[in-house]
Amino acid sequence: MGSEFITLSLTPIVIGTFAAIACALPGNFLLLRKQALIGDAISHVVLPGIVLAFLVTGAVTAMPMMLGAGVAALVAVVLIELVRRLGRIEPGAAMGVVFTAMFAGGVLLLEQSDTSAVHLDVEHALFGNLESLIWLDGYGWQAILDITALAGLPPELPRMAGALAFVVLFTLVFWRPLKLSTFDEGFAQTLGLRTDLLGLALVIVAAIAAVAAFDAVGSIIVIAMFICPPAAARLMTNRLEHQIGWSVIFATMSAVLGYVIAGYGPLWLGFDNAVSAAGMIATISGLILAVTAVVGPCRTRSGAPIEG
Amino acid sequence: MLWQALVLQLGYNATLVTIGSCLLGIAAGATGTFLFLGKRALVSDAISHSTLPGVGLAFMVMVALGGDGRALPGLLLGSAISAGIGLLFVSWITRHTRLAEDAAIGAVLSVFFGFGIVLLTVIQTMSSGRQAGLESFLLGSTAGMLWNDALVISIGGALVLALTLILRRPMSLVAFDREFAAGAGMNVPRIELAMMGLALAITVVGLKIVGLILIVALLIIPAVAARFWSNRVGHVVLIAGAFGGLSGYAGAAISATAPALPTGPIIVLIAFALFTISLLAAPGRGILAVILRHFRFQRRVHIRQGLLALATGQPIYERLTLRLMRRAGFVRRDGVATDTGRAQAAKALLDERRWQILRSNARHEAAAARYDGLTPLESVLTEDQLAELDSSLSPKVVI
Repeated sequence: MGSEFITLSLTPIVIGTFAAIACALPGNFLLLRKQALIGDAISHVVLPGIVLAFLVTGAVTAMPMMLGAGVAALVAVVLIELVRRLGRIEPGAAMGVVFTAMFAGGVLLLEQSDTSAVHLDVEHALFGNLESLIWLDGYGWQAILDITALAGLPPELPRMAGALAFVVLFTLVFWRPLKLSTFDEGFAQTLGLRTDLLGLALVIVAAIAAVAAFDAVGSIIVIAMFICPPAAARLMTNRLEHQIGWSVIFATMSAVLGYVIAGYGPLWLGFDNAVSAAGMIATISGLILAVTAVVGPCRTRSGAPIEG
Repeated sequence: MLWQALVLQLGYNATLVTIGSCLLGIAAGATGTFLFLGKRALVSDAISHSTLPGVGLAFMVMVALGGDGRALPGLLLGSAISAGIGLLFVSWITRHTRLAEDAAIGAVLSVFFGFGIVLLTVIQTMSSGRQAGLESFLLGSTAGMLWNDALVISIGGALVLALTLILRRPMSLVAFDREFAAGAGMNVPRIELAMMGLALAITVVGLKIVGLILIVALLIIPAVAARFWSNRVGHVVLIAGAFGGLSGYAGAAISATAPALPTGPIIVLIAFALFTISLLAAPGRGILAVILRHFRFQRRVHIRQGLLALATGQPIYERLTLRLMRRAGFVRRDGVATDTGRAQAAKALLDERRWQILRSNARHEAAAARYDGLTPLESVLTEDQLAELDSSLSPKVVI
């Protein structure tokens, strides 16, 4: 592992792993609450958010765009809830109505505005640019301890690390209420917990993780990481603590393996071009889910571990 | 310009696209209704995203066989196959593991889509792939649509529509009550498969116009919008088809008037506008109708309580009650009852007494269940029954 690896691959792998874990953690609770597709909806509505932020500020800067994306995610959640309650429509259809319409609005805005001068298009939003998050100052392993070299890290890294820290903190602080309200909402309510606020907070945390990850790695990873690692972990164990542990392991595996296979796999096979890292990470997470769906110890509906 | 587009005077290509997307919209609206009624609207999201690897693989296979990788029928066939595989995965995961359907949908759509992206990046590095333009399948692209493409789309849409109409009875039965349908001797899994197959066909046919990310909107939004207008399946299907067709037609026409108006998003936004109108203004289930109903109910309760207060000689303090009574001409400005007010009050009191007797009599249990403090008893009982009640109303005179 030479300095080339440090420069070109270390930061994307670390950012990808952080993004994967930050999405997988709230994904566990969303999955158990049967709200898994909220991640899908959020990652679609992020597009109009960043386009609007770009139109307002006129530049591709990170903070306003993340703010715009966050606001869009909130608006989407509120709209979904409004459509569901006012129109008495089942949640899935309400979600489908809102996020497709907002995504269409985003695409239209993008086409209408003059964004040809900047790197902002739908494909970028979908695929992300994990491969371009290189660390030019990373001359070798000792650069990790070098202050001047560390200053040259891509800004996505500290941002993603901050989002991950926030998600972990939220999960730890609200661990018991989250667990209670996820498994037995009625019981949690009789204890006086505001389960509605907690549910909203969970969605907001998921949105924060999604928006931060989206900025770095694109929306495919976001959707895949919200669902695949938690789903695979769910098939491994009956305990929430273990499930979270497994989902972190699976998320890390997907990110590292996916990036390495996308970057180096084609070279090993004799081709000279890498493939999309974001797409490969999603694919690996799917393969992990497929394996657990076939051999996972707790894969059946009754939940009892399968003997022998 | 817009008018010319709407009456199909904007040239050959625009006309093709407009007619094609109108047919597509009708078929999508009708098919989507059954998905929506069966509470499985988002399965279409999994179907549409899992078309992407099929498009990529079909391109590679056709290039490997020495043909033109961009031939639309081949790409559509590939996308249909991979969407079918995605659909099978969704149902396998739901049936054989403990994961719920929404998790299965999310997993399949993200993984297939991710794999499709990997294939697209592979194609970009192929020498023949630089100009493939397969990205246009993500958001649809109607520019440079050929007569053959339009023909494929139109025939596909018409076929799906015909099949939907033929299968509408079994599909609505299964959507509403699977157990009953199975009990009536229907092959439920096969009908569900047909339902999904139709949605799949719509997705594949719509790839070229609307793109795979937004085609799900055409399956969901018209159906949800149509549901506001009727409680009968047949009507909902018709209305959803009309909404879908209208969105497709108007969307394609509007997008033909300017270069920066992409077809897919415009179609979706028009469908969403129709949905918003339905949500607000539909009679019965619309928000305006609900609000109106609420105020009418409030008015009836206040007037009834006001009349009862008049009849028993109690003073009325509630402002809203006073205002409503005054407006109805039951009390004067100073709060004294008018003649009509006194008559109505006596009637309300009689009605209330009759209800009291009725509710204390076990024989009238069924009728008593309809007591809500508002319904006049005349609309519940026959005249004979009323007379019988009245006989126990007056104090008995013992001779």
